[in-house]
Amino acid sequence: MSKPYWTKENFPITPNIRNPGGSLCFKSGAWRTLKPVIIIEKCNKCGLCQVYCPDGVVRKRKDGTYEIDLDYCKGCGICANECPKAAIKMVVE
Amino acid sequence: MTGQRLMSANRAVAEAVKLSEAKVVSAYPITPQTSIVEYLSEFIAKGDMDAEFIQAESEFGAMSACIGASSVGARVFTASCSQGLALMHELNYVAAGLRLPIVMAVTNRQLSQPLGMWCDHSDAMGERDAGWIQIYVETCQEALDTVIQAFKIAEHKDVLLPVMVCFDGFILSHTSENIKIPSQEAVRKFLPAYKPDADYHTLMDTKKPLAAGGGCPPAYGTEFDFKKFEAQEKAKEVIRKVDQEFADSFGRQYGLVEAYRCDDADVVLIAMGTVVGTAKEVVDKMREEKGWPVGVLKLRSYRPFPKEDVLKATAHAKVVAVLNRAISYGVGTPVYSDVAATLYGNSHRPILLNFIAGMGGRDVTQKTIAAVFEKAKKSADTGKVESELEWADLNKALVGA
Repeated sequence: MSKPYWTKENFPITPNIRNPGGSLCFKSGAWRTLKPVIIIEKCNKCGLCQVYCPDGVVRKRKDGTYEIDLDYCKGCGICANECPKAAIKMVVE
Repeated sequence: MTGQRLMSANRAVAEAVKLSEAKVVSAYPITPQTSIVEYLSEFIAKGDMDAEFIQAESEFGAMSACIGASSVGARVFTASCSQGLALMHELNYVAAGLRLPIVMAVTNRQLSQPLGMWCDHSDAMGERDAGWIQIYVETCQEALDTVIQAFKIAEHKDVLLPVMVCFDGFILSHTSENIKIPSQEAVRKFLPAYKPDADYHTLMDTKKPLAAGGGCPPAYGTEFDFKKFEAQEKAKEVIRKVDQEFADSFGRQYGLVEAYRCDDADVVLIAMGTVVGTAKEVVDKMREEKGWPVGVLKLRSYRPFPKEDVLKATAHAKVVAVLNRAISYGVGTPVYSDVAATLYGNSHRPILLNFIAGMGGRDVTQKTIAAVFEKAKKSADTGKVESELEWADLNKALVGA
């Protein structure tokens, strides 16, 4: 469940966004039907998954491998499609 | 220009926009545009009016420019009708949703096909559910007065909805009347400059930045619809209040509705626009010549729909006849549906008759209206309804009806 962006106290007359970071309140990962799973052993750390992700939810770990923020990943599968090592598979949640 | 002058509703509306000191006028200048924006562009070019004229590439562009200009806090006006209004359709919802107090004059004209350019209410009915306030006027003077009122209604904090001032194409737009023009000082006193609040309105202010027109998830959409609905409800009181203030300043008053000789009427005819003027004459004649207690209820505010006023004016009627200048294909007519919905929940339910007349510029004559009253009187006497929907001025022989 997302944290509320508007409350009774600040509910406006029209959905204008006055405070930055509004999208953090709407966890769009809930739209997903398939989730990407990274197979670390196959990953060559090329970073193409991060480059192609349309939602910017692929993040680099300190060890150079990647993780996906499932709160916001919509499960489009572009990362899995682009991965040259087939190190990302899409699985039903 | 003050005092009295002979002018068309188009000119009167342009004078009203000038007197209201609108800061931006955006419009598409070609058909189905009227001379309203031509007059305004002249006022601005001559320096008689301190405003920006944005000539758009289409009505879609015109309403987009109006939305932008209103979002930076300008008082904004545009005019359109018919195909042009239809082209604005998508943006009309945006303007209402962003709660921008834009005022638009709509010279009611038919929509193609059949391609004509004459009067009926089809164009504005297509925008009925966009969230705009719709006021239908009867005379050129009322058109001028209503445009000035419209800015005040639209900009009221409880309302903040755009307003369409609807008046019958050609019948009013191109007909001249002796018009009383209020002074600039008096209008300025009645309608001070628009001062939106960056914490409340949709207002582009670099000190208080906001993003407008973005996405809204299902968790909040209904609540914003509710807010708009609530604003329409509150608008009834605001329209009344503004109308009273206008009467105090200028001596003319119109109301949400005008009930003409309805108090003791067995038959009440409900109509909008110029037809009402003709109907008043017929009412007088029927009362004088036949002694029939008939009346006419002018719906001035169509959105918000003045349910309470309709109930009050029809409280003693045996028959309510609704005369429509628009059709809802597959069911009947829009005004009839609203009147029926209003009366159904009421304990007093008069016989309700549905008439179509005046489509595509066909003149609604005294004869047409008299025939409507005669049918209604028959229903009042017999308690029976001959037909659910009557095409009052249809050439029945031509279509085998």
